[in-house]
Amino acid sequence: MKPRTIVEKIWDSHVVAEKPGAPALLYVDLHLVHEVTSPQAFSTLRERDLKVRRPDLTIATMDHSTPTTSRDLPMLDPVGKAQLDQMTQNCKDFGIRLYDLKTTKQGIVHVIGPEQGLTQPGMTIVCGDSHTATHGAFGALAFGIGTSQVGHVFATQCLLQTPSKSYAIRVNGALEPGVSAKDIILAVIARIGIGGGTGTVFEYLGSTISSLSMEERMTICNMSIEGGARAGLVAPDDTTFQYISGREFAPQGADWDAAVARWKQLPSDPGAQYAKELTLDAAELEPMVTFGTNPGMGIGISAAIPDPASVSDPMEKSDLIKALKYMDLEPGKLLQGHKIDVVFVGSCTNSRISDLRAAASVMKGRKVNPHVRMLVVPGSMQVKKQAEAEGLDKIFRDAGADFREAGCSMCLAMNGDQLEPGEYSVSTSNRNFEGRQGKGGRTFLASPLTAAASAVTGVVTDVRKLI
Amino acid sequence: MKFEKIESKIAVLPIDNVDTDQIIPARYLKSISKDGLGEGLFRDWRLNADGSPKPDFVLNKPEAKGIQILVTGDNFGCGSSREHAPWALVQNGIRAVISTSFADIFKGNSLKNQLLPVVVPADAHAELLKSPWATVKIDLATQTVTLPSGRAIQFPIDAFAKQCLLEGVDELGYMLQQAPAIAAFEAKRVGSVNTLR
Repeated sequence: MKPRTIVEKIWDSHVVAEKPGAPALLYVDLHLVHEVTSPQAFSTLRERDLKVRRPDLTIATMDHSTPTTSRDLPMLDPVGKAQLDQMTQNCKDFGIRLYDLKTTKQGIVHVIGPEQGLTQPGMTIVCGDSHTATHGAFGALAFGIGTSQVGHVFATQCLLQTPSKSYAIRVNGALEPGVSAKDIILAVIARIGIGGGTGTVFEYLGSTISSLSMEERMTICNMSIEGGARAGLVAPDDTTFQYISGREFAPQGADWDAAVARWKQLPSDPGAQYAKELTLDAAELEPMVTFGTNPGMGIGISAAIPDPASVSDPMEKSDLIKALKYMDLEPGKLLQGHKIDVVFVGSCTNSRISDLRAAASVMKGRKVNPHVRMLVVPGSMQVKKQAEAEGLDKIFRDAGADFREAGCSMCLAMNGDQLEPGEYSVSTSNRNFEGRQGKGGRTFLASPLTAAASAVTGVVTDVRKLI
Repeated sequence: MKFEKIESKIAVLPIDNVDTDQIIPARYLKSISKDGLGEGLFRDWRLNADGSPKPDFVLNKPEAKGIQILVTGDNFGCGSSREHAPWALVQNGIRAVISTSFADIFKGNSLKNQLLPVVVPADAHAELLKSPWATVKIDLATQTVTLPSGRAIQFPIDAFAKQCLLEGVDELGYMLQQAPAIAAFEAKRVGSVNTLR
């Protein structure tokens, strides 16, 4: 048999039907749903008198337009509230399990899937959210879909799909202290550009990736879409199995043994073909930070802001000029030392317990700079509970940071948490697009370590000077 | 709805990597219907903070009235999976976007909403960028764009997507017809991955 990549193996085992001249009908093992991209899909079901085919494979949460203020307070935004109320009604009407704001399991959809053991190797997982690739950390083929497709999955548990090519991204060697998973993926995207992976699925390989924890792998897979790839994954290994074991939805007993045996067949075969390849040396990486208005505009913390004069392609040059104008930055200067107003630790990229531990390790015994507002937003109520058990909440609060309830928060500025026009943030989220964190706001993407270090100093900071 | 030929002046937005947060900012995503999303189209590029139009923005120019084709830079529609982006474009009368490439999810979402993503080679793209408000014709049946110079070029499109657009095929209806195959697939998998709880 022809050697296959993990993507080809998962694809082959999920094709329900293939008709000539049409895309394959691909089965979906897990459909994750949130309040923002589902209402119009539920409307389609009602208009056509359809049911959700597999409510048992469908899990809903509230995260995007969900406030991160105390759950005891009334919701101030009537439009956001109407969206959450509609979500409650939709899940009730169609028999879907919903982790709403009253439950202890609510959180960002890409945090709670793995946390509950819902995310498992070899699965196809979709969600009306481009960061669904997060679940690829478990060796699942996970990708974002639009609302029409959310409706298709509701009604048929399938999608019409054409296969993607695999793009091997190899990272080898040991990371230096202060350099983390976030820096790896920001370096990858800076290298290939935000359209570099269009039409492909990233498979992350190499000794560095193998040595990473599941949460670090999630951070990397999460930002695959920022490199243009709809999905990105890491083949499952013992680290994966240990993480899943014992979680609520994980297989038990004999089922567990059978599942692990099946999962061990997933890694790509020797000799499997990749359409593209990229290799990075982890030892050469330093903490990364973005300077521009897309995640591909990233530099090492000790590098200078690029100069448009050195760019030959006219469109690329004008885009760089436009980005630097929006960011109000001077080419050739260091970003390090640039004054900031806000630090955000959170989002589906970096809101898990290990991210909060990393930020807390820098914050401990230090204070947030007086001119900086720092938000720490756990990815789920379970993460929040764990952080409190470890006393991380106290470290953040003692430092002067705001430690909040779970949600997407300031990643996308649709829930009350946002930048004011002109403000600069160091953010652990995934997008620095114009206005992404609030109209007129300006975002420097970085790791939780870099974010915490910058909160302390009040300027973009090389965390290696503080550890 | 069947996709008809387009003949329209082109609006040129010569920017690469236009992300869906620019096409429609997240604060417009709190709606539970599709109504009124058109107001959010390019909101922060189109309007000042006080709601007055920015006269320099291409879609605010007098020539942009009735425009059906947008020509833009590489990798249009990157970022978020929000289908609100094609909904907002369509609600403003845009029926085709011409670029050198499109982000995957945006392309898929557009094809489901009678919005045609047209990929052209670099030389044709360069001609279009230099020809704002020129008239361009798009014929999906023959997969042809007729450039302002009169030169006709072919553009690629997935055969099934083309058929769905031209014949107004209901994709969900097509999928529902395959219910027996889906049931057979599920029956085969019970007891393995098909049991989340």
